[in-house]
Amino acid sequence: METQKPHSEFGLPASENYTITVDVPGHENDPDDLWKDSRVFVNIGPTHPAMHGALRMCARLNGETIEKSYCEFGYTHRAKEKLGENRTYHNFIVYTDRLNYCSALTNNVTYAMAVERLMGIQVPDRAVWIRMICTEMARVIDHLICVGVNALDLGAFSFFLYGFHQREEAYTLIEKICGARLTTSYTRIGGLMADAPAGWEKEVKDWVVRTRKTVQEMDKLLTNNRIWCDRTQGVGVFTKEQCMAYSYTGPNARAAGINRDLRRDDPTMFYKQVEFDVPVGKNGDVFDRYMVRMNEIYQSLNIIAQCADKMRPGAIWVEDKRVRIPEKDVVHNTMEGLIHHFKFFMQGFDVPAGEAYTAFEATNGELAFYIVSKGGPRAHRMRIRGPSVWHYQGLSEMTEGLKIADMVAALGSINIIAGELDR
Amino acid sequence: MRGTDIRTPVSTIYGDFTQKHAERWKLQVEALQKKFAGAIEEVRWPGTYPTEVPIIYVAKESIVDVLRELKEGADFQYDFLADITATDEEIEPRFEVVYNLSSFSSDSRIRVKARACDGEDVPTATSLWKGANWAEREVFDMFGVKFRGHPDLRRILMDERWQGYPLRKDYPLRGYQLFPDTQPIHTELLKD
Repeated sequence: METQKPHSEFGLPASENYTITVDVPGHENDPDDLWKDSRVFVNIGPTHPAMHGALRMCARLNGETIEKSYCEFGYTHRAKEKLGENRTYHNFIVYTDRLNYCSALTNNVTYAMAVERLMGIQVPDRAVWIRMICTEMARVIDHLICVGVNALDLGAFSFFLYGFHQREEAYTLIEKICGARLTTSYTRIGGLMADAPAGWEKEVKDWVVRTRKTVQEMDKLLTNNRIWCDRTQGVGVFTKEQCMAYSYTGPNARAAGINRDLRRDDPTMFYKQVEFDVPVGKNGDVFDRYMVRMNEIYQSLNIIAQCADKMRPGAIWVEDKRVRIPEKDVVHNTMEGLIHHFKFFMQGFDVPAGEAYTAFEATNGELAFYIVSKGGPRAHRMRIRGPSVWHYQGLSEMTEGLKIADMVAALGSINIIAGELDR
Repeated sequence: MRGTDIRTPVSTIYGDFTQKHAERWKLQVEALQKKFAGAIEEVRWPGTYPTEVPIIYVAKESIVDVLRELKEGADFQYDFLADITATDEEIEPRFEVVYNLSSFSSDSRIRVKARACDGEDVPTATSLWKGANWAEREVFDMFGVKFRGHPDLRRILMDERWQGYPLRKDYPLRGYQLFPDTQPIHTELLKD
């Protein structure tokens, strides 16, 4: 701890008790030290356009280089896990939208799967196929946003708009099945809120064709771009070992060469019946994460097309009295239906005692709901394992020795979603 | 109607996880019980208890040794820490710290739990996985379970000046604690 001279020596008003104290780490003989003892402490965030939500990084800088840093979050903490213990299982569906708001449908589906697993429910085939289309569509949207915003942070604006157009079209398709664009709340325990309208599959397939073409254009626009390559290759490297130590999953881990995808290795829904490849990178830098995401978009589009082909008309609800929401004409025209309706929404359904950790390969990695039930309509513990928490934890180590501008590239490439991070 | 309990084997669209790994888990738990005879308090099996993977209750003093064996032992290879969390059971020993582990080589999962009374601390797993750091901080933040040997045990989601542990069952659902300014930079964390 050194005490610097009072401001009066620099021509500022003198004040008897006014001194600035700065913690200066000793770096006497450091050749990189532009000015002797020039280390400054900088708050990057919490509210800063480059920080993708309310994330805060406190860094010690030498010139522009981050020498050491630590990260903080929690500025948008909304007590989701506490709410999960104090809302019925049905009520909690809307809260899952607000986890990863870029791919709300994936959260809906994973949550519904977690509760259905505790209850031993198997939803009908059509519902599963629609859910698969939803999760893959959410994956495409989320990846388009991630690579788009990552490029936007580095100055490539039009690339972002190419993706954004297809994203809006995808939201229009999502609006057709559930009436909402961003916060969908589409799944129900044991089924779906509503069936897909007639001809929806065909529109989805048309969208797949158009999006594939757009992504090919985006690929041509950016992948071999000299500036993009210089800014991303070898930047923000996170090796396989580091990924394992920090529990990285999803595209960020695959970019480092970890060949793991829960859709293939621990298949849920009907992922065994569709064909897809798992793109795996090698270097674990920003460029590889970008390439893995771009390739995953192609794979997801293929999965969507296959699902749309295999989808057949049929029921979207399991005929299980515990979870089936009664049809509106039954509610309005029969006494039993009305009672059932009130009991369902006012009291909720009981989930048998038990516990299960249900993981699914969400867009960013392993999204899991660890639900402990002691019977009754509310969970005893509703743990949400969001991949962003684990990814954000590695950011300090990833960006050590990088310039601030490269830190922005690294942060964009690991796709931290504040809603999922803070819960 | 289908089974109403996850004890009932149901061929669900969520995989045949429990049947697929039953043999492996049996061998692994036997090996663990042989090696850590006194430390394994209880094992709950999917067939008899409503869970999808075996739950191994370990005495909290040996939790790091057991986790290390699970991570590095040739027969186990649960090298991926999926999650650390806790539950509040309301009767002493009140807290159960839950470690969800996953194996990439066998696609298997397992769950380890350590019981702790209110005010007791649990050894930290940060020596095994660096990523355990924030997960343990979150357990401390939300439940007040302290981790012995943790490098930086501060609150993580709540403000550092916050009083109380929100995910405890006796924590009130409404209330305010207002702070006029943000948390300062901890310069001591930024030294070499």
